[in-house]
Amino acid sequence: MSGDGTVTELRIEVNGRRCTVSAGTTVAAVVAQWCDSPDGIAVARNGEVVPRSAWPTTDLDHDDHVEIVTAAAGG
Amino acid sequence: MASRLILGTGGIPSLDVLDAVLEASATSLATVAVRRVDPAAAGGILDVLRRRAVDVLPNTAGCFTAAEAVLTAKLARQAFGTDWVKLEVIGDEDTLLPDAVELLGAAEQLCDEGFVVLPYTNDDPVLARRLEQAGCAAVMPLGSPIGSGLGIRNPHNIALIAESCSVPVILDAGIGTASDAALAMELGCDGVMVATAITRCRQPVRMAAAMRSAVEAGYEARRAGRIPRRWSARASSPVAGTIAVPGPD
Repeated sequence: MSGDGTVTELRIEVNGRRCTVSAGTTVAAVVAQWCDSPDGIAVARNGEVVPRSAWPTTDLDHDDHVEIVTAAAGG
Repeated sequence: MASRLILGTGGIPSLDVLDAVLEASATSLATVAVRRVDPAAAGGILDVLRRRAVDVLPNTAGCFTAAEAVLTAKLARQAFGTDWVKLEVIGDEDTLLPDAVELLGAAEQLCDEGFVVLPYTNDDPVLARRLEQAGCAAVMPLGSPIGSGLGIRNPHNIALIAESCSVPVILDAGIGTASDAALAMELGCDGVMVATAITRCRQPVRMAAAMRSAVEAGYEARRAGRIPRRWSARASSPVAGTIAVPGPD
């Protein structure tokens, strides 16, 4: 928190790992940090899918749970 | 579907082996799981499938509730751009048998949302009918538990499902070797899904080719119409015209 009570750092969880990001960080920014390419990637935020088109405009909030998934051999 | 063999990619030793297995199996559809991105892991399974023009069938493996399975299906749709989902909702960690109640609930939700749902289900004709009524595009009854290689434990139920369902029936899980796949087709299934029997055998590429042949053989045999089973022998050579051997006197 800064002096005026504005949250400047957010504690979030990405794929089960706790991490800290600055306020205003978007889903797109987190994806870029975790993945070389957004191809074959999907994101859920607090149990809801975030459509790819909304990644750049979706700001993260304190305590958000983010899941970034892709294909693995299986089935 | 061009091929009646669906390949499960779970357990594949490498992407090179996957590529060769795809070619040998001549499959046009292969499953993938939806998992957390691992920045350290080498990706590329989607590229291999794309290069071979094999469609992706995402599964919901690892889901134990309808809610988990529905979210996983939605993530898969977003990630891979397909409405198709192999729906798995597991009820028991040891046997990996489906949870019928959660499975049906998830199937209803996903069908309502426009998914093409292929549910992995018990070998239960009544449940298969309920899944069809829910709008599933196919049903995928198990032959025996996933990865067990025990073959088709209840061929009668599989035949009943194949007979009573109007959607395609794809035998899923339990296949151990080629004859199991042929039997599934002979029982009236429209297709077979194989993962472990190919990916974890000694020579996966060879087994992929064997499965392809087995599915074709079973399909043709089914259409040819097998002979009825008889209690006693029926001579295949003519009974008339056999020679006589003079007696000892």
